[in-house]
Amino acid sequence: MTFLKRGVPLGIAFLMGVLMAFQYYVPHEHSKAFLELMTRWDKIIAGFAVFIGAYSLFHLHYTRIKRRAAGWGYSFFVFVGAFVTIAFGLYNGGEAFWHDKKEGTMFDWIYMNIQVPAGATIFSILAFFMASAAYRTFRARTVESTVLLVAAIIVMLGRVPVGALISQYIPVAADWIMGVPNLAAKRGILLGVSLGAIATSIKIIFGVERQYLGGGD
Amino acid sequence: MERLLRIDRRIIFAFVAVAVIVSLLLEFRLPVPATPPVENIFSKIESLPQGAHLLLAFDYDPSSKEELQPMAIALLHHCYQKNLRVIGMTLWPGGTGLAEQAVTQVASQYGKKNGEDYVFLGYKPGVASLIINMGEDLYTAFPKDFYGNDTSTLPALKGVESLKDIDYVIDLAAGATIETWIAFGKEKYRFEMGAGCTAVIGPDLYPFLDSRQINGLMAGLKGAAEYESLVGRKAQATEGMRPQSVTHVLVIVFILFSNAVFILSGGLRTVRRGK
Amino acid sequence: MRLPLLLLSTLLTVLSCNPCNHGALAQGLELILPEGFKAFDTPNDSGETISLTWKVSPSESTDIDYIIYLSPSTDGPWQEAVRFRSDTHYKSDAPELFGFRKKLRNSHFLRIEPRRYFPGKENKKAVYYFKLAMARGEEVVPQGEVVSARAKGNWFDLSKLNNLIIMVSFSGIVLFFIAHARRFPHLFVRRISGLDAVDEALGRATEMGRPALFVHGLTGMGSISTMAAVNILGRIARKVAEYDTILKVVNNDPIVLSVSQEVVKESYLEAGRPDAYNQDNVVLVASEQFPYVVAVGGIMTRERTAANFFVGFFYAESLILAETGAATGAIQVAATDSYTQLPFFITTCDYTLMGEELYAASAYLSREPMLLGSLRAQDLGKAIIILVLFFGTILASFGIEFITQVFRAF
Repeated sequence: MTFLKRGVPLGIAFLMGVLMAFQYYVPHEHSKAFLELMTRWDKIIAGFAVFIGAYSLFHLHYTRIKRRAAGWGYSFFVFVGAFVTIAFGLYNGGEAFWHDKKEGTMFDWIYMNIQVPAGATIFSILAFFMASAAYRTFRARTVESTVLLVAAIIVMLGRVPVGALISQYIPVAADWIMGVPNLAAKRGILLGVSLGAIATSIKIIFGVERQYLGGGD
Repeated sequence: MERLLRIDRRIIFAFVAVAVIVSLLLEFRLPVPATPPVENIFSKIESLPQGAHLLLAFDYDPSSKEELQPMAIALLHHCYQKNLRVIGMTLWPGGTGLAEQAVTQVASQYGKKNGEDYVFLGYKPGVASLIINMGEDLYTAFPKDFYGNDTSTLPALKGVESLKDIDYVIDLAAGATIETWIAFGKEKYRFEMGAGCTAVIGPDLYPFLDSRQINGLMAGLKGAAEYESLVGRKAQATEGMRPQSVTHVLVIVFILFSNAVFILSGGLRTVRRGK
Repeated sequence: MRLPLLLLSTLLTVLSCNPCNHGALAQGLELILPEGFKAFDTPNDSGETISLTWKVSPSESTDIDYIIYLSPSTDGPWQEAVRFRSDTHYKSDAPELFGFRKKLRNSHFLRIEPRRYFPGKENKKAVYYFKLAMARGEEVVPQGEVVSARAKGNWFDLSKLNNLIIMVSFSGIVLFFIAHARRFPHLFVRRISGLDAVDEALGRATEMGRPALFVHGLTGMGSISTMAAVNILGRIARKVAEYDTILKVVNNDPIVLSVSQEVVKESYLEAGRPDAYNQDNVVLVASEQFPYVVAVGGIMTRERTAANFFVGFFYAESLILAETGAATGAIQVAATDSYTQLPFFITTCDYTLMGEELYAASAYLSREPMLLGSLRAQDLGKAIIILVLFFGTILASFGIEFITQVFRAF
């Protein structure tokens, strides 16, 4: 059992990890065919995983309704929304779903008039939250935070046309801040992140880190 | 004084809402000069001969529509004006509707025909694996287009076997797909690439611009507005510059105000004593 | 003065047009055809292309083109494969094959995929024949020489040798330090306050009788950030099981969901509390970015979670999630390698693990020497990069770009 639960997955992880790492260096067509095969497997697994996700979502909301959990009324919307969208998707404007998708169906209407504005609305909340977070946290407490504050103001002005109206140097200064000190700091973080990612990959490939299999040892 | 520092966030929200609404209602023009990263994309498209293939990946969904759809529309206007063959696709399932709408609506304004002058491949899962698949053989990755047509018979794809034959690829992204296109597409199959993205991930992409892995970048609504001004077709993005400018100024005013209150209420003294 | 100059220039022209020197003198066009036309299998490829090289000709200009003719046999029929301006396509355009020497500009280079010109008759073992010609408008002057080559698949891409050396060296360093840590387990690791706060956050959740919430980032299982997040989840789940509190895990990817369920279940089992595991607490709440934000925000405000952990790779949703959590008064710990989102987490969370700390977290929480060993390898890797950057900058400042070329990625 331990062999099946630990040995086999670790063996697969090692084999695939090493093969995929070296595949990058082998341009031969066999290597390309192997990569294509793996990507096809990846797509197949991703396709099946969608069912697991849908099951999890519906089971969660079914349980919430059943237990009358706080805000359980919202869970109805999950079922109503899913049912209506799937139904119109299958109906396909009068032609059944096995035909090619028709244009201008009710499904399209739902997408353009419900999903699009709802998504955009949530994204726009970001502007409100940014204003609030900036007001509460951006303080010139120290010399360093004052430098950051001044830089932030220059970048904010330089990123909109009004900056150029105030002074032609503001967009240039904003670009310099983004392209030099900001980028230098980011590259520093990126190098650390990359080394960390490689080290983690090696630990996973060689079975040193096995938390992702569930459990430590 | 201290109470002003702990102001209810809803008051700030109300200020932002009023600023956005007023700036949308009032008509005033702001200059939008194009920056070099945006100009590079424009120049690249200008340099392409008629009939060249341009792949436009709409890797975003409705939540990023306000920033990226104007960018897509401005680019499509430019492509159709130049008689390029546009290949549209998306790696995001939620982006299919927006992508199709943009590609077809702009095409109809120029009398372009589906399958002949442009093709919309739609969505396929896989992201990196799909890109690799397209790099090896576009027709096995997309045997049919969004409308169910056999892609191997489409005149718009004549001369294209794989990503290697695409003259220019532009990824409009709300997530990490630009990095994915670079790592699994551009680096493996050697094509020229430009990118557009939401403002919030723009700074992420500067290193790729610097390393010339992308030749140009349009970041956020401002990037879209700059492209609109280059194409000479001021539309939604240019309009959006008004509320965006006003909101930025408002946030700066908030920051200055909160700092003034902080200093006047003796906050600095408390910080120094704390040291 | 003018006469001798005229004589000299005439003499030079006659000499330069000597067919013995340059192979051919084009009638009427006065083109000097190039020499050294060669065909060979392109190295470092999958066997699709053949490379052609030849030396530059003094006649090249913007109005002169080169034409490459292609045939599957020596006798033809010949078909025009490529035509391009004569002042383009140099060996220097392909440093991955020829390097960075300055004199590469003295030779032309063209990579050609011959099988594409014979659709339906693709023969992988076929030998292809090439001829070169120069052209000005409609007038074409063939060079005469016929060269041939066969495209073969290569088993190693030499242009990626630098990458392979770096990969093997760094892997070796990591494995060495892991083995070293097994023998000498007492490694010093600096304090990471964000991880020390995990116990504090879970203790607070237990005291308040409210759940802790673990929020995955947006990337799937193929992303190393998610792998790291899953590793941290395992450690946190085990502590949660020991504290006997409730852990809710939300994510937006079905594969991450399956792995998370398994990891949390095993952690509860290890902690001796398999009965406390509830599958409905590890859920997929939405598969898209902003519906995910709304769903997670809803959980935070309705269930008043006492501790929120944001772990993985985040995008624009980071601030909305963390602000909502801050408004509910939860203690918040974020760990991300998404550097654009770091400022948002720093301003709204109590503790933020930046960049590589995300990868170090699993080792830090477990205190397993073998996991901690890799951190030392990362430090050594960083030291090497700093040295390379330092000397590279100095050399580049003096116009020596050797280091840039060594580290060039192809």
